[in-house]
Amino acid sequence: MGLPDILFYVFAFLTLLCGVLVIANPFSRNPVTSAMFLVLTIISMAGLFVLLHAFFLAAVQILVYAGAVMVLFLFVIMLLDLKEEERRRVKKFGLVAGLVSVGAIVTIFLKVLLASKPGADLPVPMLEGEPAALGKLLFTQYLLPFEVVSVLLLVAMVGVILLSKKDLK
Amino acid sequence: MEYCKNAGPITPSLRCMTPGLEHYLVVSALLFCLGLLGVVTRRNLLVMYMSLELMLNAANLALVSFSRFNNNLNGQILVFFIITVAAAEVAVGLALIVALYRKRQTAHVEDLTTMKL
Repeated sequence: MGLPDILFYVFAFLTLLCGVLVIANPFSRNPVTSAMFLVLTIISMAGLFVLLHAFFLAAVQILVYAGAVMVLFLFVIMLLDLKEEERRRVKKFGLVAGLVSVGAIVTIFLKVLLASKPGADLPVPMLEGEPAALGKLLFTQYLLPFEVVSVLLLVAMVGVILLSKKDLK
Repeated sequence: MEYCKNAGPITPSLRCMTPGLEHYLVVSALLFCLGLLGVVTRRNLLVMYMSLELMLNAANLALVSFSRFNNNLNGQILVFFIITVAAAEVAVGLALIVALYRKRQTAHVEDLTTMKL
């Protein structure tokens, strides 16, 4: 086991631990702590991306998710007054039903993974996700989706401005 | 690079400690289920929304690992688009939550039981 192998286990453990703390933190039910642990999850996932040689996506993950998206989340949490969230209790029935259904889905996932062995007889991975290769593909083969996404961003921006006007009809 | 050398034909796949495709897929599946658990059990709109983000990220991890182990860059392009669309989706969703909060003064799904605003 070399260093990258150990780093995989470290990052995978961190990702899952912080993921658990996002949805169920035993110390605090404040959404701000959830958001902070979501940032940690995303950063350790960027570490996993680096281990997968997807360097560009790791950078984008940190810039867009941990930067822009989480700042948006924190803004909204601060904007809304969520003090009463801490007083609410989780309903027993919902918790049990959720745990049972999600446990069933975990079992299905793991059984399928063990049965199908998707990693068997694959070639040695040589792929490097460096920005140059990704950009070349993005501006040749995927030019139309790229432009459509820019229109989508414009639509989202106009929609958000319209939604946050004072007198929403 | 050398750490992936025996990521190919592993016969007892999950027993091998060197991370291969299966290891990443297991992490991704567990993360997806964590997000699902959050959406099902938590009742706060914002925390549910964060759990949705967790699920999207799990899908991204699965796509990147498939892309890496199949030597195919198209998966990473798809992840790039997913990140872009997710950013737009977060902006619109949070604007909706803020608009809802202005009308109803709550971000708790159990208080939002009627279809009319």
